[in-house]
Amino acid sequence: MKIPSSIWTLLIGILLTLVSLWYGQNHGLLPTAATDEADLVDGLFNTMMVVSTGIFLLVEGILIYSAFKYRRRPGDNSDGPPVEGNIPLEILWTAIPAIIVIGISVYSFDVYNEMGGFNPHAVHEAPIMQQSMKMPGAAIAATLNDTPPSTEPNLNQQKSDEAMQDPATAAVRNADQIPQKRNAPGVGIVAPTIGPVPGKEGKPPAMVVNVTGMQYAFIFTYPETGVTSGELHVPIGREVQLNMSANDVIHAFWVPEFRLKQDIIPGRQSEIRFTPKKEGDYDLICAELCGPYHGAMRTQVIVEKQEAFDNWVQEQLVASAETLNQAVAVNTEDISPDKFLAPYTKDMGIQPEILHQIHH
Amino acid sequence: MTQAQLQETANTPALNEEPGIRKWQDYFGFNTDHKVIGIQYLVTTFIFYCMGGVMADLVRTELRTPETDFVTPEVYNSLFTLHATIMIFLWIVPAGAGFANYLIPLMIGAKDMAFPRLNAVAFWMIPPAGILLISSLVVGDAPDAGWTSYPPLSLVTGQVGEGIWIMSVLLLGTSSILGAINFLVTLLKMRIPGMGFNQMPLFCWAMFATSALTLVSTPVLAAGLILLSFDLIAGTTFFNPTGGGDPVVYQHMFWFYSHPAVYIMILPFFGAISEVIPVHSRKPVFGYKAIAYSSLAISFLGLIVWAHHMFTSGIPGWLRMFFMITTMIIAVPTGIKIFSWLATMWGGKIRLTTAMLFAMGFVGTFVIGGISGVMLAAVPFDIHVHDTYFVVAHLHYVLFGGSVLGIYSAIYHWFPKMTGRMINEFWGKVHFTLTIVGLNMAFLPMHKLGMMGMNRRVAQYDPKFTTLNEICTYGAYILAISTFPFIINAIWSWMYGPKAGNNPWDALTLEWMTTSPPAIENFDKLPVLATGPYDYGLEKAKEDVPLDDPNPVLSGGPNSVLRAEPDPKVAANPEDRK
Repeated sequence: MKIPSSIWTLLIGILLTLVSLWYGQNHGLLPTAATDEADLVDGLFNTMMVVSTGIFLLVEGILIYSAFKYRRRPGDNSDGPPVEGNIPLEILWTAIPAIIVIGISVYSFDVYNEMGGFNPHAVHEAPIMQQSMKMPGAAIAATLNDTPPSTEPNLNQQKSDEAMQDPATAAVRNADQIPQKRNAPGVGIVAPTIGPVPGKEGKPPAMVVNVTGMQYAFIFTYPETGVTSGELHVPIGREVQLNMSANDVIHAFWVPEFRLKQDIIPGRQSEIRFTPKKEGDYDLICAELCGPYHGAMRTQVIVEKQEAFDNWVQEQLVASAETLNQAVAVNTEDISPDKFLAPYTKDMGIQPEILHQIHH
Repeated sequence: MTQAQLQETANTPALNEEPGIRKWQDYFGFNTDHKVIGIQYLVTTFIFYCMGGVMADLVRTELRTPETDFVTPEVYNSLFTLHATIMIFLWIVPAGAGFANYLIPLMIGAKDMAFPRLNAVAFWMIPPAGILLISSLVVGDAPDAGWTSYPPLSLVTGQVGEGIWIMSVLLLGTSSILGAINFLVTLLKMRIPGMGFNQMPLFCWAMFATSALTLVSTPVLAAGLILLSFDLIAGTTFFNPTGGGDPVVYQHMFWFYSHPAVYIMILPFFGAISEVIPVHSRKPVFGYKAIAYSSLAISFLGLIVWAHHMFTSGIPGWLRMFFMITTMIIAVPTGIKIFSWLATMWGGKIRLTTAMLFAMGFVGTFVIGGISGVMLAAVPFDIHVHDTYFVVAHLHYVLFGGSVLGIYSAIYHWFPKMTGRMINEFWGKVHFTLTIVGLNMAFLPMHKLGMMGMNRRVAQYDPKFTTLNEICTYGAYILAISTFPFIINAIWSWMYGPKAGNNPWDALTLEWMTTSPPAIENFDKLPVLATGPYDYGLEKAKEDVPLDDPNPVLSGGPNSVLRAEPDPKVAANPEDRK
């Protein structure tokens, strides 16, 4: 029995859709989702994976089918039918990808908004009015020397000052050596930010941690408790805000299980907020090339229950007191684990006690 | 010296009156024939490709194990920096220019490029720039800040190496600007009368779009690099944060060129594939105008997508959204091309020659890179995979699965025209099989590596990624091995291969209407178009171009779209037109 081609097309279409839907949910390409934000990203990725699988199978299917079905038979030197175009078909395959990408854009927009990427709070803080608008005509005639220094607040400087209130942060950051970049007027905040999720704008985060990036370590300081650490400990279910800045070159904060990444740029204050939801030890990886030992710049993020976190804070406070006492009599042989860090941090005004504390 | 002798010396042209290839030595000197320059480009860039490939395999050997046990981390960083710089600036971009040099004048019926000496100058910037770059390995201070060379890292690593890198890339950028000017003027001014833009072969359209893009974007890279060299050498602080400079501004300037560079690297081969597929499918290309105009669309949109490389650095949220949408939209013209190629093959009489296999491989692997490109445009997902092996996988599917397969397809397709001899098909297919296997083995697992948490540009990684990395490494070795059948086949066939005849593929574009290899100045008489470039299967084309004539005669003869008597209304020189 000869089956009409429209039936074949329908059957293949259904099969293609089913396979795509199945693979989009079962690809196993992503690690555990450990924050609220990660679930949103995974939903977006799975959707894109369904569409992608469909397109991939369609293109490869047509290619392989053509290679067998339309192969030139030996002795056949004729040409194929001179089909030069088909306007409805061309419109169709322009419209379908266009609709798909617009759909994915809207979905991504929504996910990004849910993650707090827009942070409307920060936009309100940014000065909207430009200098030249206040002084019509004057700016045109002014030379570089005549331009008065801007009177608008430098948000990066304010944030940096805020972080430096904490003595532990001030000890590891060489903020005095790197001037803070101004935010560009009128375009919102330029310091890279993933801010509070909608509904939490304007509210302070449950917990703040200051992060300093340097070749080749992350240093975490907890302003509320004064703890300094080389690992990031966060309790489950509380929104955490990281205030990040780099001492030397660009680094990036990346925890694959959190699906979050943010560059840490010298002279700027990056912010990132997230709510951890799943207990565990996760790798924190520097994702921006920062020198030969870039691959070694990694540490742990430990998401734990509130009690465990409180215990850890207590331990740290005790340990840091002990370390400071020992520091006077420390033997130079003991610093061997830090040996590749030392030459890079000496010039930055970082005290050896802090380095020592981090690696023990 | 007498006055007469002086006069005579002054009148002797500095260059040969009739530049062109007479003997093999001509390929090693300054020559203004576009065909010689085209082959000089292709051979030189292929040599650099091999060097870049050796570096890639050294990088992969280091990554076979999680520890740094093969090279030191400093050397590792230099290796991937040089690998990327060589592959982009010394292989794919100039290889596209090589094909354009060889093919454009032939395809539009011109005797040479518009500015033959400028053309030679553009080529002769490449070998010194390449040697300069590679010499940095010898002086022991190779650049190691990645091919992106982001400050402040590039300012604190080795100064000599970084300076050499900047100088070399500036030279190569200059060369590509000179080339682009030449292609544009040639395409605009030197088409034979009767060939409007809509009668041009699609490769010419692609080069038109590429050259326009090069002219707009490359000077911005040059500006960025010059400012970077001031920071590096003169101690200014344009990008150096310690003096108040802004490293993110460098990223904007760098990517304003370097994202369009991806289209500069892929568009010429979109063009080449659009030539290969209709010839070997024996069908007119489906949707000529759609393919031609989508090149222009890609060229324009390519200019407004750069900031998607910076979603995780300092740009405001609304700007991330703008660049997400523009980046996604570029998938539409690319999709138009892919579906048009598939429709060209559909119902044809496909000759599975090596050129056609590479073209089909191009479509099949490029689509993977295209899909992952759309994923990377989605800001929330990009934030997760930015600077990971997912990006490495994506860019290799685009640049290897796309550009390099495109280059191979073009070489196999035009080899008979360039050398006058056929290339061995069996060894071509061996080459193709090894390449496809190696390519997918090397780059497919990288998608998973990146999403699971392996960052790029690292010499040491988490041991849980060992197995996938081993697969990638063995894939890279297969890719290295795959070039040997090609190299030996190309050299042997060039010397001893069977004679090709003028038009072994029965193609209809103008370059096949002259001898193989073409004579100096290409055509004996001014060609006149009798058919469109892709009129396969049309009765008209069969009448005008008796392709099965066993004894083809050069232009003006029966085997040609060129009529013996030029039409006086369409004379070559504009001033001759009445």
